[in-house]
Amino acid sequence: MANEMRTDLIKMLVKAGSGHSAAPLGTMELWTAFYFRILNHRPKEPDWPERDRFILSCGHYCPARYVVMAHAGYFPHEELWTLRQFGSRLQGHPERERLPGLETTSGPLGDGLPQAVGMALAAKMDGKNWWTYCLMGDGEQNCGIIWEAAMFAGKNKLGNLIGIVDRNQIQIDGFTEDVMPLEPLADKYRSFGWNVIDIDGHNIEELIDAVNHAKAVFSKPTVIIACTIPGKGVGFMERKFEWHGKPPNPEEAKKALYDIRTLGGKIRNDYE
Amino acid sequence: MPIASSAKLVSSILDKAKLEQRPTRDGFGLGVVEAGKSDPNVVVLCADLSVSTQAEMFRKAFPERFIETGIAEQSMAALAAGMALAGKVPFIASYAAFSPGRNNEQIRTTAALQNTNVKIMGAHAGVSVGPDGATHQALEDMTIMRVIPNMKVFAPCDVWEAKKIVMEIARVYGPCYMRFAREKTPVFTTEETPFAIGQAPLFWNSAKEKRDVAIFACGPLVYESILAAAELEKAGWGVEVYNSPSVKPLDEKMVLAAAKKAGAIVTAEEHQVAGGLGGAIAEFLSENYPVPVVKVGVRDRFGESGKPEELMVEFGLVAKNVVEAAKKAKSLKSK
Repeated sequence: MANEMRTDLIKMLVKAGSGHSAAPLGTMELWTAFYFRILNHRPKEPDWPERDRFILSCGHYCPARYVVMAHAGYFPHEELWTLRQFGSRLQGHPERERLPGLETTSGPLGDGLPQAVGMALAAKMDGKNWWTYCLMGDGEQNCGIIWEAAMFAGKNKLGNLIGIVDRNQIQIDGFTEDVMPLEPLADKYRSFGWNVIDIDGHNIEELIDAVNHAKAVFSKPTVIIACTIPGKGVGFMERKFEWHGKPPNPEEAKKALYDIRTLGGKIRNDYE
Repeated sequence: MPIASSAKLVSSILDKAKLEQRPTRDGFGLGVVEAGKSDPNVVVLCADLSVSTQAEMFRKAFPERFIETGIAEQSMAALAAGMALAGKVPFIASYAAFSPGRNNEQIRTTAALQNTNVKIMGAHAGVSVGPDGATHQALEDMTIMRVIPNMKVFAPCDVWEAKKIVMEIARVYGPCYMRFAREKTPVFTTEETPFAIGQAPLFWNSAKEKRDVAIFACGPLVYESILAAAELEKAGWGVEVYNSPSVKPLDEKMVLAAAKKAGAIVTAEEHQVAGGLGGAIAEFLSENYPVPVVKVGVRDRFGESGKPEELMVEFGLVAKNVVEAAKKAKSLKSK
């Protein structure tokens, strides 16, 4: 299913002519798991008050979110091809006023986690049972506001908050450990009062287990550090930071779709 | 005395010694407690400045709804947006120099662009902050908030207006910014003095037929403008003074009507002349009814340490500066 989404993603990006490739491809398993296995939500009722909240702090991942939302039934599938166009509900960086189901407007890195923390705090104050999830990038961990929010969540013991860091090792100017080293990242979160779980971000069962574990630890917020391969599924994009912020051109898209459909040339696919 | 009767101001208004003096930050504290009584969703976040912002009053009244963020203005703004999205009515309090300012982007994105119900309280605005000096004297805050779409901007003229504004914006949906002062200022409005978003009520209405100038002021400069009007009237002028606590949305109807009557405008604020109330009025009139607009405010300088009273004089923010501005505005008429 995640691969089906990757196909849509490539088609969407090449049509739009701009957009981020690496991270959306890398997190397709995460998105699929959340929207189809983990989140308590109603696609036809995006404002359902008891829904779990999923905050995308790294807004540029939105092509992946749009794909999974379409497949989940939030809006018609054809609308995916309007990504980034004038008048589209699928803005280049997601805007909550334009598309029901987005929770927050994001793009400026760092702003999502404190908002998620605020929601979790409000839920705790009101005795609500819904969960708040926040997906962040690893480059995003450079932002001071992330640590302000982490400190606050730790202090307030927000056990109803689950963060996910997409640990794909890249950011715009290069590999994270060259630009601004994050390690030891798990230690940092622990020292701020969080429970930390490391997982393989492409393994859906591992993610679901981690979320269940996080839910059981209700005295602290949890962060799941999900290791992913940026550009996963497309051989020539994998592990390359150059693919952070650009879409494939039509030629590249053809090769990308082939890779995705044939699992890197390993299986035959009758489309070809 | 040509005090507009509709303004319901205190009768001894021109006798400064007789007036009560209270800081406008008390108005925030009192107002948000009242708002908290009528709406259980009102919460207050504070960045380690609860006593000096008077968020402390809310903390005492509703300790379970007071949220201490520590010195973290950026996350305070975004936390508030998150809480607003979960149904709360959050007021965030810090000094105007830091909030807005340090958290300008979070306010722009999470409060304004998302149109969330966040109320930003900017304490210690203006040079009258005093001895703390330039770093703590916010002089640009109204400009940076005014130019953000969806954001409303308010500057109360005294403690009771501050209280009214807080109570009103707690009721009305949308992101708002209110700036207020540290020092005690004259209390010259009453419970009955009107306040409405987008309105600039007339405070001083000359009994003479003619109109030489109309003054639009906000914050502590409203009282100074009334003193200036009294002086100008003695010299034979016909003056109007409007209190303009709603800097955005601006009472464009009133500004236009006043400009047509007087043909010259003076604006006055404890803020840079660039882009605050004066800027808003000049921008509006220049494309609708161009008349001279002479601005009283800080002229592109940073503040400095000193006693509040001497700083107000040094930076040109007292009645005599409003009088000078009025003379200049009149002299520029039909040039």
